[in-house]
Amino acid sequence: MKKFLLLLAILPSLTFANAEVHLDKAPIDASNHESLQRGARTFVNYCLNCHSANYMRYNRLLDIGLTEKQIADNLLFADGKVGDQMKVAMNKGDAKKWFGVAPPDLSVEVRARGADWVYTYLRGFYRDESSTTGWGNCVFDPVSCKVSMPHVLYELQGVQVMNHETHELTLTKPGRMSVAEYDSFIGDLSNYMAYMAEPAKQQRNHLGWFVLIFLGVLLVLTYKLKKAYWKDIH
Amino acid sequence: MTDTKKSAATSKLDSALSWVDDRFPLTSNVKAHLTEYYAPKNFNFWYFFGSLAMMVLVLQILTGIFLTMHYKPDADLAFGSVEYIMRDVPWGWLIRYMHSTGASMFFVVVYLHMFRGIIYGSYRTPRELLWLFGVGIFLCLMGEAFFGYLLPWGQMSYWGAQVIVNLFSAIPFIGPDVSEWLRGDYLVSDATLNRFFAFHVIALPFVLVGLVAAHLIALHEVGSNNPDGIEIKKLKDKKTGIPLDGIAFHPYYTVKDMVGVAVFLIVFSVVIFFAPEMGGYFLEANNFVPANPLVTPAHIAPVWYFTPYYSVLRAVPPILNSQFPGVAAMGLSVLVFALLPWLDKSPVKSIRYRGTLYKKWLAAFVMSFLVLGYLGTEPSNIWGQFGSWLGNAERATVVARIATTVYFAFFVLMPWYTKKDKTLPVPERVTG
Repeated sequence: MKKFLLLLAILPSLTFANAEVHLDKAPIDASNHESLQRGARTFVNYCLNCHSANYMRYNRLLDIGLTEKQIADNLLFADGKVGDQMKVAMNKGDAKKWFGVAPPDLSVEVRARGADWVYTYLRGFYRDESSTTGWGNCVFDPVSCKVSMPHVLYELQGVQVMNHETHELTLTKPGRMSVAEYDSFIGDLSNYMAYMAEPAKQQRNHLGWFVLIFLGVLLVLTYKLKKAYWKDIH
Repeated sequence: MTDTKKSAATSKLDSALSWVDDRFPLTSNVKAHLTEYYAPKNFNFWYFFGSLAMMVLVLQILTGIFLTMHYKPDADLAFGSVEYIMRDVPWGWLIRYMHSTGASMFFVVVYLHMFRGIIYGSYRTPRELLWLFGVGIFLCLMGEAFFGYLLPWGQMSYWGAQVIVNLFSAIPFIGPDVSEWLRGDYLVSDATLNRFFAFHVIALPFVLVGLVAAHLIALHEVGSNNPDGIEIKKLKDKKTGIPLDGIAFHPYYTVKDMVGVAVFLIVFSVVIFFAPEMGGYFLEANNFVPANPLVTPAHIAPVWYFTPYYSVLRAVPPILNSQFPGVAAMGLSVLVFALLPWLDKSPVKSIRYRGTLYKKWLAAFVMSFLVLGYLGTEPSNIWGQFGSWLGNAERATVVARIATTVYFAFFVLMPWYTKKDKTLPVPERVTG
């Protein structure tokens, strides 16, 4: 809870000056399986209606401690299989008609933009009556603050407005979640999206230490071998 | 094993070997290139990078073979097939990171290898051809890296290729046709991806391996240079005919190079397992966005190993509305290395016996190379502008122009400053 209060304290730092976006640090922890599972649920429930994650298979979520049954019961539609990729039913052409641009695939979004960007972006929507969706977001485009995506999570976050002089966001109408709860919710989602962008990362880091230990031993042995052979060279 | 059994086994092996030797020069080649190839005994740190470059070449070919088994050279499938390799192919992520990191590490070791050649005068007589084969390898490597970079079909792949192929259209008269011919289309497209795939996986590797073979044959004909820049073949043992300062490549340098390999693999593994993007220098963030011909990225930067030359390109202003001078300067900045054997007029080869004048020029060259390399990774407005006293010129562009001038001056003025330089006497025998 303390951590979230701290996050609350730095929330006003969501200010934008000179087209430079300040990004808040996303709470990324690939070893926190509970956070990843909560994020996966959020991703499937909210994001996956419009955004695909075509390169991610549902059963890859076994990595983060889910069972095939849990995946099938909680994350899949009735006719889905656990080996399926996270595809989206929405037609690209329709999407383009509705939003002006087809929602991008999110499989590797974090590798393209960074987890901090995702974390800041999803907390950065504010009411903008002049835009087509009714929402603006300066994280997406610091110059125009326009964005094609509507604020899908506004029922949870509530409604923010932006002070056009200071570029500060204030919550004018609270949503179902408190600010701390929403930050934590988006934190879990960012954490999941970071995992999804490179599912092998944990394995990669883990294996790396063993490889380095092996190579360390190899270095000592080759060095001793070289010394032995070169004894008589002066 | 008893002695009789042992000798029976040995004689069987011997007869098998002589059976082969009667039909193929196996023993004589092993002798000529390994056990009786005499290398100077005073090789230092800088002499690891030739063998390391060979090892990286082998690694790139092996990992490349496995990547081609899963990669699809198709504009609709390429990006996804790379992610398929990263996720669904067993150990695919490791093979892909070895290949992507290998590309950058190839340039690291080759740049260090070239720098060794420069500081010890390894391009001087009788090693001019050896050096020229090396320049050929370097050019080939640049082509290989460029063609390979298109294959992941991300935004940087696409727009990087678009920019580089468009450079050719700056060539007077034939330019536009040449760039269209290279692309196989009016813009970078599926046709381009397919032909770049062909260049990357067969055409250039074929040439590359051939050039490496020629490089080694030339090396073993003239013998290795050394940090003292003296010819060890001048002083031979009267009885054996072995150079007094020479030692057999095998086992002495094979065991020594193994230490270099172990150190290299540690560095290589740290990148692969803990920082495969290398902060965006080895794998650019924008390349995780699929190629989109309709959206031009705000900042297109080549991968770090091309940035010095890219800076040269940007530094040269267009003349008569033509980009050709910049393109020509960029081409020259790479090709000029081939002229080194004929530009260097110093009586000594190694930096150890050169005077301060040469050392100052070399330091200025290295500085300009690094500055150009850094500036090439950044947009040209990175440092803002000078005041109106300099016509509000961009600071970074002015610095890049100065660095480009120094870069070329190092080569153009070399005949003059190497002749004028006060050199030290060169010893008869190699020093430690």
